[in-house]
Amino acid sequence: MVGYTEALTDPSYSGQILTLTYPLVGNYGVPEKSITDKDGIPKHFESDKIQATGLVVHELSETASHWNLSMTLDEWLYNEKIPGISGVDTRSITKKLRERGVMMSLLAVSETEIDERELKSKLENVPKYSDEEFMDIVSTSDSKTYGNEKESIVVIDTGVKNAILRNIRRIGFKVIQIPWNSSIEKVMSYKPKGVVISSGPGDPKKCPKTVETAKSLLKQNIPTLGICLGAQILGLAGGADTYKLKYGHRGQNKPCLNLENNQVYVTSQNHGYGINPDSLKNSEFNLWFTNTDDKTVEGIKHKEKKCIAVQFHPEASPGPYDCMYIFDELKNLMEEGTPGKR
Amino acid sequence: MYLLPVVPEYVESIIESEQPDGLMLGFGGQTALNCGVKLEDLGILKKYGTRVLGTSIKGIQCTEDRQLFKDTMIQCGVPVLKSKAVTTFQDAKKVAKELRYPVIIRVAYTLGGKGGGIAHNEIELYEIVGRGLAASMVGQILIEEYVGDWKQIEYEVMQDYDGNNIIVCNMENILAMRVHTGDNIVVAPSQTIDNHEYHMLRTAALRASKHVGIVGECNIQFALDPNSDKYAAIEINPRLSRSSALASKATGYPIAYMSAKIGLGYSLPELANSITKTTTACFEPALDYIVCKHPRWDFAKFERANRTLGPTMKSVGEVMAVGRSFEESLQKSIRMLEIRKDGLVANRNGNETYDEESIENHLLNMDDNVLYYVAAALKKGLSIDRIYKLSAIDPWFLEKIKNIVDMEQRLQKSELESKLLREAKRLGFSDRQIGRITDKDEFQIRKIRKEKGIAPVVKQIDTLAAEWPAKTNYLYLTYGGTENDLPSRTKQEGVVVLGAGPYRIGSSVEFDWGTVNMVWGLQENGEKQVTVINCNPETVSTDYDICDRLYFEELTLERILDILEIENPKGVVTSVGGQTSNNLTPKLAKNGVTLLGTDSQDVDIAENRSKFSHVLDTLHIKQPQWQAFSSLFEAKKFATKVGYPVLVRPSYVLSGAAMKRVWSQEGLKKFLQEAVDVSPDHPVVITKFMLNSLEVEVDGVSDGKNVVIGAIIEHIESAGIHSGDAMMCIPPWRMSNKIIETITDYTVKIATSFNIRGPFNLQFLVQSGQVYVIELNIRASRSMPFVSKLMRMNLINLASLPILGKPLPEIPHDRWKKIHTFGIKVPQFSFMQLEGADMVLGVEMQSTGEVACFGTSFYDALSKGLISAGYTLPEKGTVLITIGGSENKEKILQTALLLKKLDYKILATEHTAEFLSDKRIGEIDVVYKISEPDRKPNIVDLLYKREIDFIINVPSTSTLEKYVGMLHDEYQIRRKAVELGIPVLTTTELADSFAKTLEWLKNNETTKKPLEPYENLY
Repeated sequence: MVGYTEALTDPSYSGQILTLTYPLVGNYGVPEKSITDKDGIPKHFESDKIQATGLVVHELSETASHWNLSMTLDEWLYNEKIPGISGVDTRSITKKLRERGVMMSLLAVSETEIDERELKSKLENVPKYSDEEFMDIVSTSDSKTYGNEKESIVVIDTGVKNAILRNIRRIGFKVIQIPWNSSIEKVMSYKPKGVVISSGPGDPKKCPKTVETAKSLLKQNIPTLGICLGAQILGLAGGADTYKLKYGHRGQNKPCLNLENNQVYVTSQNHGYGINPDSLKNSEFNLWFTNTDDKTVEGIKHKEKKCIAVQFHPEASPGPYDCMYIFDELKNLMEEGTPGKR
Repeated sequence: MYLLPVVPEYVESIIESEQPDGLMLGFGGQTALNCGVKLEDLGILKKYGTRVLGTSIKGIQCTEDRQLFKDTMIQCGVPVLKSKAVTTFQDAKKVAKELRYPVIIRVAYTLGGKGGGIAHNEIELYEIVGRGLAASMVGQILIEEYVGDWKQIEYEVMQDYDGNNIIVCNMENILAMRVHTGDNIVVAPSQTIDNHEYHMLRTAALRASKHVGIVGECNIQFALDPNSDKYAAIEINPRLSRSSALASKATGYPIAYMSAKIGLGYSLPELANSITKTTTACFEPALDYIVCKHPRWDFAKFERANRTLGPTMKSVGEVMAVGRSFEESLQKSIRMLEIRKDGLVANRNGNETYDEESIENHLLNMDDNVLYYVAAALKKGLSIDRIYKLSAIDPWFLEKIKNIVDMEQRLQKSELESKLLREAKRLGFSDRQIGRITDKDEFQIRKIRKEKGIAPVVKQIDTLAAEWPAKTNYLYLTYGGTENDLPSRTKQEGVVVLGAGPYRIGSSVEFDWGTVNMVWGLQENGEKQVTVINCNPETVSTDYDICDRLYFEELTLERILDILEIENPKGVVTSVGGQTSNNLTPKLAKNGVTLLGTDSQDVDIAENRSKFSHVLDTLHIKQPQWQAFSSLFEAKKFATKVGYPVLVRPSYVLSGAAMKRVWSQEGLKKFLQEAVDVSPDHPVVITKFMLNSLEVEVDGVSDGKNVVIGAIIEHIESAGIHSGDAMMCIPPWRMSNKIIETITDYTVKIATSFNIRGPFNLQFLVQSGQVYVIELNIRASRSMPFVSKLMRMNLINLASLPILGKPLPEIPHDRWKKIHTFGIKVPQFSFMQLEGADMVLGVEMQSTGEVACFGTSFYDALSKGLISAGYTLPEKGTVLITIGGSENKEKILQTALLLKKLDYKILATEHTAEFLSDKRIGEIDVVYKISEPDRKPNIVDLLYKREIDFIINVPSTSTLEKYVGMLHDEYQIRRKAVELGIPVLTTTELADSFAKTLEWLKNNETTKKPLEPYENLY
């Protein structure tokens, strides 16, 4: 339906072939890439390229209509050399995925008959998604700065989305984006008011260096927000455990309950791993948000320190804006030194 | 349960006797909402301590009062269009000048944009403002800047008392802001807006509903600039609406049910998703299909009605199609409308060509045929951009329509090989369309298709796009997929019930009542697997929890056969879905489908006028003289012999489509042609039209031997008014016992000789003590819910017995006599909305709804019925009488005398006044016709000054065709009165009943009793 531009450029989808349940895709095309906001952050894209490795849709709109259109989805994929396929019953794929969980897959196009067996054996021999190392691919290699305010927030980039940067700018801070494996000394060298550990692809246990840094952040009580992968990293840092979900959460319509005010928010989500709820008991965290459908952990709050983390995407893009206030909660942590209450 | 007018005084009396704790206002449309606001204003809610559950009156007011709405939106940071509320034309003029023409006029507290319009200049402004001020409950209208070419996007919001809120669904109107959403072709979800716009509007919708304090459901409408992300909130409906029904069916989210729970105090997260049962109701449904809603218009029923689409709603019903491409959903929706079209292209008589100018004009000024003009424009080679500029239809939709147009051409040119055929099916082409293009019939295409293994797949509507396993029985068929969600049944089991399709004039909720009660009856009598096929999102039969499986699908032969191949049922019920399913009876039978109930051959005999008349002759039952149409010469000879007027009627039609009373040779020629066009496969019959006779109906059920008579119903008007437009009364009160015996006798004879096994409706004329049969419908009738409720005997439930091959219980034929309650059914018309339409009734049905009220006497029931249908019953005041023809004048004399006796002031036009004065009934004031504006006092002035409370205007059609010369003036009076909301009585019988009701009300009070439950009869 909506959000393919945002989803395809979300680094969390690195290494994945994306299939969309909505059958009509590409209707409004793709906007101009070079348009940025006043800080130089791309306005319509979540990173500077398509991150997914392939796209599977039911029906691709060959023409597109929108006032800020620059090209069709097809042209964009072509330009970025990302393969895609249309004319596929994506509902039947979805049903398969919901039974078996995320699977290794392969996209092949051929003029001649395709030998399925050969392809399947090929697929057996490629590295598994869960074994792949993504951080060096998705993280920035050197630090970047947006804005020139006095006070800054450091973003540890484990595959950050531009929307996270935009939201930090929105609450009025300079953004310093640094590589995923930055040490605590590196972080503190910027004298940040707060830290955000970003979303990103894969298993949090593949980011031991970030977990180490996170432990120090907790120890030093630096106001910190973790998002998605960042939340899992903070969880690990605070003594909780993470695991692979049977049914990953992917979509823009995921209801989450804030246990502090009993309000439900519709959130944007994309994660295959989660924080183990049982492990929270012996950790430094309290449960903050739960998923109302399967009761999994969607947010945690540190029992003493200025640290909050959410499993969903408060920055939206794609998805609903209901939880953007999470960034304001971080601001409260930084400004008042006490956990904010909405 | 009460069958009473939804007006404050009646609701108060119920509150007084029932002492309820709470009152819900959000479920009865605008009528209930307005009534609730009035109850609050009158202090009635406070007096009885009745709490309003759901959105508070204050919340309702800030969405309904235009100015308050704008202020509220601005407070919560949601932009609105520039506008100003006014109460006079002078102010309206000033505001329009400021905003610059064109401006749109909106009316506070009305339904369906009633009374509004777009003014391009001061003359139009004058006209619309006058009408709008009259229609407004509070005499207030809004003059607003006009953004017709902006996109029209709607969101359906659910919110609980705790402020949890979600969007059930959003929708996009294809005909942009130009056309009222009720008349728009709508898709869900939106297709042409991007992530940013979607969520910008979504957030605005949630913010606005939170600020207003919605509890339950609301619908928010936005206008979105197609050239930027500028937007404005247009309106909020703080209640269940047509759009919410659509959103419910489009998503599988039961909005009304959840709203009721929320009203009772449940929170959204507490409630469960009723499809998955395991997940919460506090979520946003994910769709993996595209829904297309298409309105059904019935302009052909109204001579003179203006077909232009705009801010006032004119459609009478709608359908919803589900598919996996826009092209598929759109073409399905067109077929569902049952307007004798097989899709967007390749229709019967579809080869009309239009010149470019006419096409361009029609794209700019849209009417109900707009999409066909788009197709014509594309065929003519007009560019997408040009069509967009003219029509404001987003190029994305136009490109998709072009795919359909191109496919027609490809099918014409290429060999019909698998790939092309499959692609055509994916674009929603029916076998009939493909056959028409390739010179084959639909069955040949079906055969070719099946040989090539091309068949639709069944998909579930599960609210979450297959993300979680869902046990849902809510289904549709599509060519956009390769995998069935459900396996076909191998064992023959279950029963399929066909629904009634879109609401339209002549087929409304009565037939949905029939469908639902049949499903329940079958289940109650042991049937384990009942499947429903229907496509009308406004119905209960399309609630997925009514039956065991629901196919939201076309009621076309092709699609029903597709479904039957999957379902493999024991048989199909076609007798409860009105004429829609009845018409499928012979076709299904021909295709080897087992039909449950009356044999299809017997149905055919009843529908075929010629065969039917023969049977009556053999039974020695009288009927008006008739002749099957063979040639114009024969027809003229027959008409001359029996004398004009005669009735021309085709077979297999509902609500008198193309049925015409004909007064002359010229008329005969014209209408015979029309009748042949409407029903080309079936014969046309000409019958003698019997003037001054009473019309009587019987609703019943039979098992072939045993006949159950529901009731004998008498029309209040004399014959000639279509039965759907006539006021009806049970019991009959002008019939002798002998006549009633004859009618009963005929009914039993006919039902048994046709071996009817199921519901039927029989219509009679009574003239000079003689009974004539005029029509037999072997199916559920429009009046069956009325009869069933009054008689406390559910006829459709009984009908499920013979359908399953079980005998009916023995019920005395005169059971109806023992129910000492009067029941009166009053039709509801929509002339106000149909600009230009005349309200004089005839043999073709024009009413769009009905009400029924019960009472201890004729006038007790009638007065409540009239109030329910929107008539005001003035205790004193002024009546205008204008009667055509001396016979009618004689008939009205007693009524005039009575009105005089009751102290009403009588105004009359010259001739009528002269006649009444001659009879010395007292003082009559002469007024002058609209066509003589210089002569005062003039009717127009008095109407506008509200100095006339009701009008008796009986046109002299007895000797003339409608609308020639002098009758135009009467039309003007009726039209003006309709626009100003003044009751007009157009028959002498109605005028008489009306006057007697006024008299009765002077000395009596109406009864207010609850409806009694059905009796258990077996």
